[in-house]
Amino acid sequence: MSVRTQTIPDVGAKTPVPALEPLLFELARPGRSGRHVVSHDAADIPAAFQRKAPLRLPELTEPQVVRHYTHLAQLNYSVDTGMYPLGSCTMKYNPKVNDRVASLFADLHPRQSYRTTQGVLALAYEIEQMLAKITGMDFVSLQPQAGAQSEFTALLVFKAYHAKRGEAATRRRIIVPDSAHGTNPASAAMCGYQVTTVKSDARGNVDLDALRSALGPDVAGFMLTNPNTLGLFEERVRDVCDAVHAAGALVYGDGANMNALLGVARPGDLGFDCVHINVHKTFSTPHGAGGPGAGPLCVKAHLRPFLPKPWIVREADGSYHYDTAREDREPAGLGDSIGTIKQRLGNFGVLVRAYTYMKTLGEEGMVETGRDAILAANYLLALLRPAYDLAYDRPPMHEFVISAAKQKKQGASALDVSKALLDEGFHSPTVYFPLIVPEAMMIEPTETEPRETLDAFAAAMLRIAERVKTDPAAVRDAPRFTPLRRLDEVTAARKPVLRYAVPGVAGAE
Amino acid sequence: MGNNPYSPHTEADRAAMLERVGVRDIDELLGAIPNDARHPKLGIGPGLSELEVQAHLERIAKLNTTAGSGPFFIGGSIQRRYIPAAVPVLALRGEFLTAYTPYQPEVSQGTLQATFEYQSLMAELLAMEVVNSSMYDGSSATAEAAFMAVRVTGRHKVIVATEVDFTYRRTLRTYGRGPELEIIEVPTAKLASSAEGAACLIVQHPDAFGSLVDVRQIADAAHAAGALCVQVTEPHANALLEPPGALGVDIAVGEGQPLGITMSYGGPHLGIFACRESLVRQMPGRIAGQTLDANGTRGFVNTLQTREQHIRREKATSNICTNEALAAITAAVYLSLLGPEGLRAAARAGVARAHKLANRLAALPGCAIANDGPFFDRFTLRTEMGGWDLRNALIALGIQVEATASHYYAGAKQTGKEPAQANAKPYVGGRREGRDDVIVQCTELTTEADADALVDAVAQLTRSGETVAAR
Ligand SMILES: Cc1ncc(COP(=O)(O)O)c(C=O)c1O
Repeated sequence: MSVRTQTIPDVGAKTPVPALEPLLFELARPGRSGRHVVSHDAADIPAAFQRKAPLRLPELTEPQVVRHYTHLAQLNYSVDTGMYPLGSCTMKYNPKVNDRVASLFADLHPRQSYRTTQGVLALAYEIEQMLAKITGMDFVSLQPQAGAQSEFTALLVFKAYHAKRGEAATRRRIIVPDSAHGTNPASAAMCGYQVTTVKSDARGNVDLDALRSALGPDVAGFMLTNPNTLGLFEERVRDVCDAVHAAGALVYGDGANMNALLGVARPGDLGFDCVHINVHKTFSTPHGAGGPGAGPLCVKAHLRPFLPKPWIVREADGSYHYDTAREDREPAGLGDSIGTIKQRLGNFGVLVRAYTYMKTLGEEGMVETGRDAILAANYLLALLRPAYDLAYDRPPMHEFVISAAKQKKQGASALDVSKALLDEGFHSPTVYFPLIVPEAMMIEPTETEPRETLDAFAAAMLRIAERVKTDPAAVRDAPRFTPLRRLDEVTAARKPVLRYAVPGVAGAE
Repeated sequence: MGNNPYSPHTEADRAAMLERVGVRDIDELLGAIPNDARHPKLGIGPGLSELEVQAHLERIAKLNTTAGSGPFFIGGSIQRRYIPAAVPVLALRGEFLTAYTPYQPEVSQGTLQATFEYQSLMAELLAMEVVNSSMYDGSSATAEAAFMAVRVTGRHKVIVATEVDFTYRRTLRTYGRGPELEIIEVPTAKLASSAEGAACLIVQHPDAFGSLVDVRQIADAAHAAGALCVQVTEPHANALLEPPGALGVDIAVGEGQPLGITMSYGGPHLGIFACRESLVRQMPGRIAGQTLDANGTRGFVNTLQTREQHIRREKATSNICTNEALAAITAAVYLSLLGPEGLRAAARAGVARAHKLANRLAALPGCAIANDGPFFDRFTLRTEMGGWDLRNALIALGIQVEATASHYYAGAKQTGKEPAQANAKPYVGGRREGRDDVIVQCTELTTEADADALVDAVAQLTRSGETVAAR
């Protein structure tokens, strides 16, 4: 494949664009292989069970595989490459020591006895304690593996709570703001709830009157992100929580934006009954090209009985075990617990990284993190204001949402601007979310980008805004200096090709 | 400066930034936060240097007995297998590790192509038509399969075999409380006759005890009753056993961890999710697909997104957003390094060593293999000692096995309204009815010396007299 070159606009330097890479299957030749695992054993499997279907996995040598994945990696933009201001995702730097420390806990099986895993249990116990302190909650479940699973877990907890009070049959509705992330209504629906959406007011808060009229004896809970997805702190958060509680419902805190609150404020002091943490955002664990994450659920004491089991118990002598009688010999006794979301401690390997980060920051570092994240967002917004509209004009927390509506009128949409940013060497912000801002661009710089980088990003955004005025067609044509140009998503969905077609096989596409 | 070692701002930077914002202090930006809630004391202690934090965690890690430190036979859905050196070197490259969901495909072709390749490799291994880019783990994939079957059939009853991994059934029961599904556990042997009115039958093959199951007959019964057949599968088993796609299975799910991913005390792992092409629009999770760019060059994007929460909100097929993409890439690296022969070799080694070890153990007086029929790479050992006592005594000798409690595998009934716990009447299907046993898993990492140690220890503990020396 030919190597093209990319001209960095306004710098004029030429750098090579990484070449595309064939598929593994196209690189393979029958008979090639490594020697990673060799076995001369014969397996005794009854004929009726033996595989008769062909197994046409690609055959490659290790050097080929290494080049293949190295080339693929070079086609990716990442936090290690540059600024990744994807709003709501907190793409901060991922410290390398966290990964190394996690490998100390790699060779452990979740079904090992508590006797052989005292280190795991001690660590998990301390993680629970630290998260409770940071969020102002009383108890923590480490089981949920991401934010969305934690939302679902919390709504199951709400259901169990209302059931205990004899109100499960009547409380069938969950309220979400119109600025809510898509996972909120999706989790509520998965949990068997009807979803009611309430609008936001002119200052980007939940419209308290709309909320009050939506509340009633049929409501199980309200899901609130704070700061919300506009990056704005809910100005009457305690009134909101009071209104929900007065209706006998519970308040769920979507903690995706917890980075703003680190050492600044705690959901537990604001009226929330529970909050989840996206440790892959707030606590610096790598996002892994889409995952893994971890989504611990932190709750106030009144929700504890319903948390998933098992729970870790610390004895007076400093030893740990699960709350199952004589280990797992007798039924765990679920009590009021909703059951189990994920055996034992969820994505423990991710949680070890988060612990390492929390220990590295400590109290002072935690406070500095929240404040620097807020400062960076406000600074970047000040730089972008001259060129872009702001839907809700008050100081944001750790992220903010601008609108490219003006640019759209001039001939280039938020999508076009985001593609032009790729040509400038930056990842794009989140676009078209939240849904209540037209041509939304949601920008989260995080605390780990130096001022020079923020300046360079702003300069790129301002250049693009200028170009939209003079030559919108050029912006609509972006990106031109990325490994591929814009991709045809419509055809991809209309005529799906979801796997490589092994040649000559009927049924494969 | 200095409190967060990853924050680049000097005091001069901060001053200049504040000036640009037009405030003197960051606190001026926090006016929306109730006064009394600002600046909480956390009580989490001071920050540590990298050297200190490394040493601190090494101290804690030493309190564990790792799997590799002695003969290790715990397995099931999570297995200790050999991981080629190139796997972490490639999969943990910063460009994969520190990227996120490929929202901008033009600068995410590495992730998207690797994901498309994972889907292709897994589809081939399972002989299934479509594989998604990942679920959280095997247990949530199983629960999501049940939810999908409910959407497809419009029925609310789910029948699951008692020989499905008990942690999967626990997660399924917990998930089922949301939409208030009726979940009924029956022995594998009674699955086929329980299909009436069901959304799906869920079977595990090889089952939790290692036993092989006639899945085709269960799939046929499901289809005759208008239900779907869901198989919980293990990746290596498919190298040697007829795969779900050849058995009439509609949805195949499982844990992908054995494909080059560390055990890490349970996660992060890889939920495998595969289905028939005709059902793809009901599938949960992200899917990568092939397309062309504006120049007509082949490329990859996330596709069929109108199933997903960010588009469909409460009408989405699932709430999943962050998934286990890196684990899927890891599995693809592993499969491409091993190739078909390497995968078969690893699988064969586990089977052969399990069978040999089972024969030796069964020869000890008072010991028996409790599997009802043929087994794959793990088996269930019954001794007069009882599983838990044996397992705990083995730990004292530095050998780790899994004990099963009969209540784990007792059938439970959960009506929509009243989630029930496992009922008192024990039933065991994939192994002979009885009390607590131990499950012994073998892989290519199981050595002759490991096997000798276990045989020797069981012989001593059950006082049967046989020792390795006397053999
Ligand atoms: C506001 C908000 N809520 C919830 C989520 C869901 O979290 P996760 O992706 O970890 O499931 C996200 C992130 O994607 C988010 O930004």
